[in-house]
Amino acid sequence: MKNIDSNGHVKGRSTFLDDLPVHEGTLCALAFGSPIAHGRITGAELEAARAIPGVVDIFSYADIPGDNQVGGIIPDEPLLAEQDLHYQGQPIFLIVAEDNWTARQARRLIQLRYTPLLPITDVEEAWGREEWLFRPRTFRLGDIDTAWSQCTYLFEGDAETGGQEHLYLEPQGAYVIPREHGGIKLYSATQGPTLVQRTVARVLSLPMHQVEVEVPRLGGGFGGKEDQATAWACLAALAAWRLQRPVKIALHRQDDMRMTGKRHPYRSHFRIGLSKSMKILAYEVTYLQNGGAAADLSPAILERTLFHATNSYFIPNVKATAYSCRTNLPPNTAFRGFGAPQAMFVLEAAIAQAACELGISARRIQEANLLKEGDEFPYGQRARQAHARQCWAAVEATFDIRKKEQAIKAYNHQHSYQKKGLAMMPVCFGISFTKTPMNQASALVHIYQDGSIGLSSGAVEMGQGVNTKLVQVAAMALAVHPRRIKVETTDTTRVANTSPTAASSGADLNGKAVQQACVQLRRRLTAMAALILHVSPAAIQFRAEKVWCKGQPTALDWEKLIAEAFLRRVNLSAQGHYATPMIYFDKDKEKGHPFAYHVFGAAAISATVDCIRGTYEIDEVDIIHDFGNSLNIDVDQGQVEGGVVQGIGWMTAEEVVYSPEGRLLSDSLSTYKVPDITAAPKVIDCRPLGLDGPGLAILRSKAVGEPPLMYGIGAYFALLQAIRAFNPAYVPDFKAPFTPERVLMALYQNENAEVL
Amino acid sequence: MIEFVLNNQPIQTESPAFLPLLDFIRYEQRLTGAKAACREGDCGACLALEGRLENGQMHYQSIASCLMPLGNAQGKHIVTIEGLNRKGLSPVQQGIVDHSATQCGFCTPGIIVALTALCLSEEPLTEQRAMAALDGNLCRCTGYQSLKQAVLSVLSKLPAEQAARPIPWLIDKGYLPVYFSGITEQVAQIPRCAPAFHPGRPILGGGTDLLAQQPDQLRTAEPSLLCERWELSGIYLEGNSCTIGSGLTMAEILRNPDLNRLLPGLEEYGRLIASTPIRNMGTLGGNLANASPIADLVIIFLALDTTVLLNGPHGRRELPLDGFYLGYKKTDMRPDEYLEGIRFELPSPGHIFNFEKVSKRARLDIASVNTAIGLELKSGAITLARISAGGVSPVPLFLRRTSEFLKGKLISDKVLAGASQLIQEEISPISDIRGSAEYKRLLLRQLFYAHFLKHFPEQLSLKGLLNEGRKLDEKHRLERTRKGAIHFPG
Repeated sequence: MKNIDSNGHVKGRSTFLDDLPVHEGTLCALAFGSPIAHGRITGAELEAARAIPGVVDIFSYADIPGDNQVGGIIPDEPLLAEQDLHYQGQPIFLIVAEDNWTARQARRLIQLRYTPLLPITDVEEAWGREEWLFRPRTFRLGDIDTAWSQCTYLFEGDAETGGQEHLYLEPQGAYVIPREHGGIKLYSATQGPTLVQRTVARVLSLPMHQVEVEVPRLGGGFGGKEDQATAWACLAALAAWRLQRPVKIALHRQDDMRMTGKRHPYRSHFRIGLSKSMKILAYEVTYLQNGGAAADLSPAILERTLFHATNSYFIPNVKATAYSCRTNLPPNTAFRGFGAPQAMFVLEAAIAQAACELGISARRIQEANLLKEGDEFPYGQRARQAHARQCWAAVEATFDIRKKEQAIKAYNHQHSYQKKGLAMMPVCFGISFTKTPMNQASALVHIYQDGSIGLSSGAVEMGQGVNTKLVQVAAMALAVHPRRIKVETTDTTRVANTSPTAASSGADLNGKAVQQACVQLRRRLTAMAALILHVSPAAIQFRAEKVWCKGQPTALDWEKLIAEAFLRRVNLSAQGHYATPMIYFDKDKEKGHPFAYHVFGAAAISATVDCIRGTYEIDEVDIIHDFGNSLNIDVDQGQVEGGVVQGIGWMTAEEVVYSPEGRLLSDSLSTYKVPDITAAPKVIDCRPLGLDGPGLAILRSKAVGEPPLMYGIGAYFALLQAIRAFNPAYVPDFKAPFTPERVLMALYQNENAEVL
Repeated sequence: MIEFVLNNQPIQTESPAFLPLLDFIRYEQRLTGAKAACREGDCGACLALEGRLENGQMHYQSIASCLMPLGNAQGKHIVTIEGLNRKGLSPVQQGIVDHSATQCGFCTPGIIVALTALCLSEEPLTEQRAMAALDGNLCRCTGYQSLKQAVLSVLSKLPAEQAARPIPWLIDKGYLPVYFSGITEQVAQIPRCAPAFHPGRPILGGGTDLLAQQPDQLRTAEPSLLCERWELSGIYLEGNSCTIGSGLTMAEILRNPDLNRLLPGLEEYGRLIASTPIRNMGTLGGNLANASPIADLVIIFLALDTTVLLNGPHGRRELPLDGFYLGYKKTDMRPDEYLEGIRFELPSPGHIFNFEKVSKRARLDIASVNTAIGLELKSGAITLARISAGGVSPVPLFLRRTSEFLKGKLISDKVLAGASQLIQEEISPISDIRGSAEYKRLLLRQLFYAHFLKHFPEQLSLKGLLNEGRKLDEKHRLERTRKGAIHFPG
């Protein structure tokens, strides 16, 4: 089944936030952000800005009726700066004008007076000063201290990964309309409508029921609209509530890039110990997470870094410690993978360093240490349906990796100026929010008198196809044609207390809630059909829009059944609720069973480097992915392909650059380069592993949003291989992204050593 | 007043000439299919078709509506996604749906427009050209694999030659709605853009730099329009020289057959410059006047003997292109002058031309370093060399000393290694978002070598070049030590 939004998309008729028809009298709002990364406000000149015709008002923190606080996990982030400035772009004032252009004119006229303070942007400097956003955490397994002595080989090094701009194509935004009784209606481009509702209520000092949040759909989210859509919604709500007029904020791309957080840059130090037979016996790692100026989702992201410290490998002795460091950058936030990619990169770097120094293929070390059934993760959970080895073996066999490696060797021998490299990348990713209470969802299903069905859930559609999957779930549960089902927008008045659509869990949690609602409806309809047909409910079945009785079709079709149900006053609406069973986590012991299940997979990535110019192409990505029983293979393959390319982007050309003063230099699409059609790999060949999924996955179709991104890490190591084929003296520094600049410098590192 | 046809509606508007067409479409006409995503022509979510009437025929191409000043729509047919919709899906739309090549849908209308422009393209269709039709569209969801499949499926249904897929054919097959058949007459009734030069007013070519850099400041300005095909819009080969009007778009220049004959590979190099929609809009004049130190066209023409042609109230002036740039973003053009175009001496037969560019992303990116070379040889010896380099100085640089040095030399590892060292003395790169100074130095050396390795693979080797370079380094080091001078690495 194709994505249900496809036709609307190709006709340009799908409605995004900024496409909504506006109400008469709608105003535009624009934030004035801090011009410095660290300092104190001493005053501001607003008169010139206010004097521009069309400027309606300029608000500051003093205009906030409730808490000036938007910090989700830790209350450390004001909506509008009061006195202290912590990052460039931090909102200080909100300009409200008749149109955006006028607001921008006004913004240029605002003069802020301030005392600058020295900004910290370097994560190690912040760490050295113990500028931690919250307490450091350590996960342990085995006994690391005694394990070192058992190792034949020990290697130590550093690794660094950069930030990543989400570059959802639809910028952040919100549109707020005042309602009667002092309430507001908010359209928000958010992954977390309830979070927006709760935070707006807190900022405006309203009960949550006065704040209705509706999300039409998102033009991409990738985690960037999980927490960070909230502030824009709050700002628009503040203006609308103060002025009692509709107010829209639709961010200009440059404001979006400068004012919102990104994937966390990490700097890490590792020590790895191996046995003679290449078993990893010990792994010690310290992660320094650059959190930016406020905690945002960093505590949860840091936690997931620790959960995925050992990725797809079993290591008996582990000590992983993570620090979240406060710097004067915009608060960094969720991004597909949520801290796990950063952790996995470090372990791959450690393996690559060991392989380089031992003069063997990294693949040998990788393969020797893959997880097997029942292995324990450092957080106490044991690997079940552990498909790491099956995926790995299937990649090697299906794509004949040995042959590919030989072909690459021959190619490198024949070509002086182009070199190829190949790397394999296994992935094991835990599914569930690691904060257990978030693993719940609700859905509301109405069957209308004509038999058509309206379905609401807490899931936000952002291109990942969750709505399509929900239609499939409901259609299967009610045995009706998917055409009968409409997925409504996500709205807090229809489905309350939702978790954000995140952690790859949208389809699992909301799908199970939809299923649950459908089960109730079906039970009622079964009872009624049994009455009509004078049989026991056990004799009734629903198949392809018809009621079956004792294995035979009856004349009772769906529309007749529903018409009859209405006449007999059967409740045709149901609310479903689902909470993932079995999961828990004890943060004091750092042990538990946080994940419903794990998604596995493995990829082989090959790349060609132009050794004259330092440019490169990603040639092939061959993947065996553990979909379980994919509910929609078109949608799922699309998630894999998109995730891989985003991961490759993070590893190659996507470079977030700040000046030492904390100014974002890569602040536009002309300076921040995401993959385009020619930069994407020439081939992505993704095939399903073909093993059944677990019962906790919706219809045994495993979650698919985040895990594929981490296949992209293989691109870094494929480039590394190619570079070493040209310059064997190259000493890797494991700094990602591998931009053409870093590649060229690597190709000619130690040039005078006469090895080329 | 600005007049044009928007989809099937005649438009007469008093909105300002510098208003981005996108804002007019979305917020004044409430046609919300084109999206405001980057506002600098880098993502393609706002693409529209621009149709021009020439010799009684409509000609269509894709443009980025966020960078197109409304004034440049005068007398044209502008088509948004809404204007491509018909009952059911067009084969382009169907191709995207069939291959699941849409996820969040935000970039999709722009992709449909770009592929429809491909169907309307006047060049023979090839797979490479078809993929290149999407070189100005970003998609953050799909990873492009499904899009590539969709492009191939669209391509497979189209005759390669334009003669076999004229507009009536495209209407008949459902690529275009029926109203397209009446557009020629509608457009013919509207006056064309009247080019007018008013000294002191901002001169508007395609708008791709002006609207990317200062859309707000220009909002209420009156432009001097250069947008239409008047005396600035030809390519003339006369006697020993070639004149190119400043109003020509990059696309027109890069695919011009005469220029491709004179500069073999020009169209191919053109793929490294901007993107299809931006090349359709941006003009030679804009690329010259913007005075960016990495302007691709300027780097190309610096490798030829090029003169800049200026006009103004005090008459015409000619200046060598090398020397036109006085400093960072500063030209020798007076405020009351405008660019008529450029003229270059025709290269001799056997002239070798090469262009190299490296940027973070290969397509639609600004160069870290770009360089071009024009070479003439006689019995193995270099009789003429012109080398240019961008991104290594405040201005697009003609490497005068290096070019002189090469004259009369035979091509060898040693000579080129020596030339490369001279280059390092001529350039003064700075560290910025396009790369560190150290990188740009290394990169230019490599690209300089690439010019020769590409054209003289038998005579040279990278290994030899590097070895000769090392020897020279060593020699210089010793000389400096002897003189007691300070040693500068690199």
